[in-house]
Amino acid sequence: MKKGLSFRQAFFTLLKRDLQIAVRHKGDIFNPLLFFVLVVTLFPLGIGPEPQVLSRVAPGIIWVAALLASMLSLERLFKADFVDGSLEQMLLSPQPLPLMVLAKVLAHWLLTGVPLILVAPLLAVLLHLETNSYGALMATLALGTPVLSLLGAIGVALTVGLRKGGVLLSLLILPLYIPVLIFATSAIDAAGLNLPYDGQLAIIAAMLVGSLTLAPFAIGASLRVSTN
Amino acid sequence: MWKWLHSYADPERAYKLAGKLLPWFSAIALGMIGVGSIWGLMFAPVDYQQGDSYRIIFIHVPAASMSMSAYMAMASSAFIGLVWQIKAADWAAAAIAPVGAVLTFIALITGATWGKPMWGTWWVWDARLTSELVLLFLYLGVISLYAAFEDKVLAARAAGILAIVGVINIPIIKYSVEWWNSLHQPATIKITEESSMPMEMLAPLLINILGFGVMIGAITLVRFRAEILARNGMRPWVRELAKAEGVK
Repeated sequence: MKKGLSFRQAFFTLLKRDLQIAVRHKGDIFNPLLFFVLVVTLFPLGIGPEPQVLSRVAPGIIWVAALLASMLSLERLFKADFVDGSLEQMLLSPQPLPLMVLAKVLAHWLLTGVPLILVAPLLAVLLHLETNSYGALMATLALGTPVLSLLGAIGVALTVGLRKGGVLLSLLILPLYIPVLIFATSAIDAAGLNLPYDGQLAIIAAMLVGSLTLAPFAIGASLRVSTN
Repeated sequence: MWKWLHSYADPERAYKLAGKLLPWFSAIALGMIGVGSIWGLMFAPVDYQQGDSYRIIFIHVPAASMSMSAYMAMASSAFIGLVWQIKAADWAAAAIAPVGAVLTFIALITGATWGKPMWGTWWVWDARLTSELVLLFLYLGVISLYAAFEDKVLAARAAGILAIVGVINIPIIKYSVEWWNSLHQPATIKITEESSMPMEMLAPLLINILGFGVMIGAITLVRFRAEILARNGMRPWVRELAKAEGVK
């Protein structure tokens, strides 16, 4: 172990590797984002373009679309590594597995969560979101999307070895996403009415801290099950 | 001290013990649910506010509270199976899951039929109802994940992890009526203080809750025995059993 990598080196090596791979497959970054934009644009077409109606449902639409986009993009989190065998090498490495997993999830969030947060205000304009809700929208997305990535990674890790994991994945992780959705949209609604929303933000932050500490262990255990 | 318990991790002994316990559980469950339901539905006093329609409480509350207890039982046995690698615990978890899912479904359906005359609506999106619905989805997720794996040892581990992650939902359901303003009434049965219910209503309700618990035990035992046989089909003792049963 003398010549082994330190934890920090291992973490950043894996992070850099995942980011590089993603940059070379740009579709992986853009497709979920495009999906997010498309889903949001479907709603005004479906329920009618009245600004009052749209501004009422905007927080829900943006958040539901964000949930779906995050779930769609999660599938590739472990799949390629599982297929080419590098996931097994990761499991065999002397570095702690939760740390490795955390690096992979962080890379995934940087690639899919952050662009989503950056695009969201633009979509909010299209949906006539209340002007004073923008801060809440950005804050909930910034705190909430990492939770989505962490919780979703548990589901992905459980289904990565299955041939038809896609539909099952949605059944496994959407129930876990519901609390984030509830508190995020209620925070945005409260902000729209000029009410304080720091309580909801604090709960989402608590979810983030809780999943940040506990989810890597669950993901690691699930990966060990999946790769057997 | 725990040695006697370990011997029941052996599938054959677990199977036989389950067989011995089953008639007791079934008889007690039938007796308690019979007494509780008849007492509750026919002899308990009429509620001054809700009239006779409150009587669905004798099915709704036991199903709802036991749906959470069944989840905890499933998650605990999944945890035991994961940590101490006791396969019998994994089978028990797999046996409980569908029972709990059905109970959750019963709780939702009876709740909806109770809500219609009382609240004027079948369903409201408030915290208690939504979190109970999430519980149903969690059960279904665990069941379908267990079914998705060919290798049942892996299936039990994967479903076990999911079940343990889902435990976070249980306190949310339990305290949802206290944390949020809800249309659903707060708990009437309290363990530490005096219950907000007269004894003539409370007694049949408690009997039914216990009866439902024992009924879960009985149905789980049946499913547990089937699960043991299905997982040990190649063992000599199962073959002997199959031969002996086939002769009859």
